[in-house]
Amino acid sequence: MSAPATRANRPLLDVRNLHVEFPTRRGRLVAVDDVSFHIDAGEVLGVVGESGAGKSLTGAAIIGLLEPPGRIAGGEVLLDGKRIDNLPAEQLRRIRGRQIGAVFQDPLTSLDPLFTVGQQLTETITTHLDLSESEARNRAIELLREVGIPGAERRIDHYPHQFSGGMRQRVVIALALCAQPRLIIADEPTTALDVSIQAQIITLLKRLCRDHGAAVMLVTHDMGVIAETADRVAVMYAGRIAEIGPVADVIQRPRHPYTVGLMGSIPKLDRAVPRLVQIEGSMPRLNAIPTGCAFNPRCPKVFERCRIERPELFPVGGSAAACWLHATTLAEAARG
Amino acid sequence: MIAYIVQRFLQSVLVMAAVGFVAFSLFAYVGDPITIMLGQDYNETERARLAAQLGLDRPFYVQFFKFAVNAMQGDFGISYRLARPVSAVIRERLPATLELSLVAAILALAVGLPMGVYTGLRRDSWLSRVFLTVSLIGVSLPTFLIGILLILVFAVILGWLPSFGRGQTVMLGWWSTGFLTASGLKALILPSITLCLFQLTLILRLVRSEMLEVLRTDYIKFARARGLRDRAVHFRHALRNTLVPVITIAGLQLGAIIAFAIITETVFQWPGMGLLFIQSVSATDIPVMAAYLCLISFVFVVINFIVDLLYYVVDPRLRIDRGAVGGHG
Repeated sequence: MSAPATRANRPLLDVRNLHVEFPTRRGRLVAVDDVSFHIDAGEVLGVVGESGAGKSLTGAAIIGLLEPPGRIAGGEVLLDGKRIDNLPAEQLRRIRGRQIGAVFQDPLTSLDPLFTVGQQLTETITTHLDLSESEARNRAIELLREVGIPGAERRIDHYPHQFSGGMRQRVVIALALCAQPRLIIADEPTTALDVSIQAQIITLLKRLCRDHGAAVMLVTHDMGVIAETADRVAVMYAGRIAEIGPVADVIQRPRHPYTVGLMGSIPKLDRAVPRLVQIEGSMPRLNAIPTGCAFNPRCPKVFERCRIERPELFPVGGSAAACWLHATTLAEAARG
Repeated sequence: MIAYIVQRFLQSVLVMAAVGFVAFSLFAYVGDPITIMLGQDYNETERARLAAQLGLDRPFYVQFFKFAVNAMQGDFGISYRLARPVSAVIRERLPATLELSLVAAILALAVGLPMGVYTGLRRDSWLSRVFLTVSLIGVSLPTFLIGILLILVFAVILGWLPSFGRGQTVMLGWWSTGFLTASGLKALILPSITLCLFQLTLILRLVRSEMLEVLRTDYIKFARARGLRDRAVHFRHALRNTLVPVITIAGLQLGAIIAFAIITETVFQWPGMGLLFIQSVSATDIPVMAAYLCLISFVFVVINFIVDLLYYVVDPRLRIDRGAVGGHG
């Protein structure tokens, strides 16, 4: 790997060989296993996978909010070329909210019920920016207006329970953006919302991040949201990245058999499919991940090597897949 | 808000009426006051005269009505044992109990709350473990035993503090206070520690478990993700959310402290209402017992009422009508 400092345009966020594990009485459970990816400034990276694939934990590890006993067991997280995974708690706190904002899954429980949204916005603003109380309040009203809350001057003094779910998620987005962070980690931002509101929130998130120049790591299990929003996508399976690449490539020409299955299970409107494809079996539990490729017991194209050796990410076309089927292309590329 | 207050107030009135009725029934069912007042030797005319004088010959509902009207004016009749108006006796004893209870309640809150917050935040530190172990002793040892142990150590062996009584008191109008003299303050120490210990450990454990609960919530996680300082996360967001349930319990405990001062007052011969009550029970002094019952329930009702109002102050979800909830989207 080349030194990041010498690269002309180094990525905003660079995650290298990240391992997250949970020590338990019966040994360590590896929840995120050797995950590497990067996000460029202003880019939207989608992270998809089933629940338990390690996508939310990856997000939590980046902002240093893993719940004990979970911990980063290896690897590096670099923000703007500087390591942040080994910073003291106080310095990492200054990065949270200021450099990296977060949007959580459930807007109903993300806001403190005993404080007005204005109080929560101004406290976040004054924590990170050198603004007076009244300047912070003006900025808070401005932000509420920007996330599309009607009557922001009045609504700023309302409590969270006076907002609907969709409106609360708008407030949460305003909170994530209020100190102008350069990266937003959005963990399933629409899962808890009504379907009719999901699209609005995604559009809003995308527009705001573009306006503010913030990159997004969009964690979701909804491939439709990714297709609409993301520039690139990482598909996670059992704590590992199965495939990563530009959205169009991954959706139209999925390389990893798991991604192929994932795409086949999405209904399409433009042509009638007699029956949706189903991936046989279920994702292994953390204490029972098979040797070799984690997907091998469910893979329709499995062969001997998959059961023995773990595949690394091989470049295929515009993307990369962790699958032995594509090992040959690497060899050819090396020869050529 | 007004409807809420009115509703609570009516409930309180109902509770007081029920307690008043129970207190009144004491007269009818616990012993015969006339026998007690006249002693062994009396004749029927004396008995009839006294019954008429005390109104005991009237029908029961007339008696209850008279009792209720008098009680509302603070008149609970004459103490059988002391032959003085009950209100005067209680007024004499009230300051001692209230001062002791107030000190004990402040002590329980001022020590229990910080200890609970500390053990909630630093769950695994050795000091937290020490606090929790000690609090187990506080919960499980009976009050009278703690009182006797404290007397043994600090009054008998070390001789630092008095073992009984209020020390010297100063009269402020009809209120006798022990706060103004050195001996009065010294006399307060052991009884107030004894009285507060149980409530202190209760508050400690309650605050700790609420704090742990709140620290697990999404809004605390989100507050951390917003990069707020630990101080703001812990003391602004977590503590305030912890206080909502703690207020109820702490309020009821204040009532309990006043009511259960009986044991502590007996151990330390503290000249308060609790001691008065115990002495009245052994002498079947029913007017004093009835008055005590009404007074204690009045204290509970008032505290409950205040707690309900405090909820309104602390929790905005109760304060604002839900009609203001905005539309979807």
